[in-house]
Amino acid sequence: MGHDAAHGNSVKRIWYVFSLLSIATIIEVVLGIIKPQVMVQNKFLAMSLLNWTFIILTIYKAYYITWTFMHMEGETKGLRRSVVWTAVFLIAYLCFILLIEGDYIYEVYKHGFVKYNF
Amino acid sequence: MEATVVKTGTEGKTWGGGDNPPLKASYGKMMIWFFILSDALTFSAFLAAYGFSRYKFIDSWPIADEVFYHFPFLHGVDAPMYYVALMTFILIFSSVTMVLAVDAGHKMQKSKVVFYMFLTLVGGIVFLASQAWEWKNFINGEYGAVETRGGRILQFLDVDGKRVGLSDIALESTQRAVHDRSSGIWFTDDETLSTYTIEDIKAGFAANDNLLIRIQKLDETGHPTVLSREESVEVLNRDAVRVVEGANLIRNEYGHPLFGNFFFFITGFHGFHVFTGVLINLVIFFNILLGTYERRGSYEMVEKVGLYWHFVDLVWVFVFTFFYLV
Repeated sequence: MGHDAAHGNSVKRIWYVFSLLSIATIIEVVLGIIKPQVMVQNKFLAMSLLNWTFIILTIYKAYYITWTFMHMEGETKGLRRSVVWTAVFLIAYLCFILLIEGDYIYEVYKHGFVKYNF
Repeated sequence: MEATVVKTGTEGKTWGGGDNPPLKASYGKMMIWFFILSDALTFSAFLAAYGFSRYKFIDSWPIADEVFYHFPFLHGVDAPMYYVALMTFILIFSSVTMVLAVDAGHKMQKSKVVFYMFLTLVGGIVFLASQAWEWKNFINGEYGAVETRGGRILQFLDVDGKRVGLSDIALESTQRAVHDRSSGIWFTDDETLSTYTIEDIKAGFAANDNLLIRIQKLDETGHPTVLSREESVEVLNRDAVRVVEGANLIRNEYGHPLFGNFFFFITGFHGFHVFTGVLINLVIFFNILLGTYERRGSYEMVEKVGLYWHFVDLVWVFVFTFFYLV
């Protein structure tokens, strides 16, 4: 267990991670309020750069919460992988399948013969 | 020496994980991890379903900034995002105090654990109260809107592009009285009535040339389309059938009904987790006060509820992004 070795540093590390999380949140909020047009209009893989930034910052925060606050870094490789990999694979699959399907239905509504806007 | 051999009542009742634990974690800690894994999948199913519905109606989904812009004590001020950002900070901060409590537990410093657990509890309760306030605003609504036969929402703007409330449009209210059980049929309740009837709104709209209608359909810049005065009058008189004030599970004044449903289910399910988290933290807090973990010689229980509490924070990070930012 790594945290037994350096007790003085562990508290310091918590505040350091808190500042990282705060900065990431502040960046998200500022971007969410300003919504820079450059980031909104430029797209990568059918999603705006602004949304990519939000998602990347969220995963960055999730990593620090899980690894430091939840002490995942101190667990054995087996426990870490059985929890994290399972979640990552299943969630990625779920998002992939549902978002593609949602977009397909949108196209049907838009170009098909379904009258829905009345 | 009776005092030093006090038992906690759990001897022989917990399984330690066998002689050769391959994951080097206690049974309880491993199980809280796998519970968190399954709970994470439930939440991701909710959020992925939200994404599905949003992609399905990508060109007419409400914009979160235009729904959540209230801030306590700032009436009529447009403050998008600030309030949820504050809620996010409250939760992250209570996560920090929780991890400090766990850390103090490792060092067997009882008074510090008590102090940090107390702060964590306060953070959780403040967050719950904030969420209640958010729900109150969402349910009550502010401007009101009308619904068309096809279930679309029409919102009102003045020529400057500012939102206009129903009370500023209608000249008078001709809404009938509510039938309650003493004046109506004794065994039925009346439906909830809107403040104004659709005819009041149509008459008031026709009388004021400064009013325009905004439909849900987003234009190419991502803003809801504003109709011209002629189109507005035509659409209102032809399609509008009902006045909508605030939000419930069937319809809401912000736009698509699914938006309201997902708001209630996702933030509600998360709020329920925060609530149970506060309850469990409270139990553990009293256990710490009573010295249970001091006697047990280990504060691992604080670590386990800590995992749950951090998970609640983790979920909020995702809800914040996918409901309020993206």
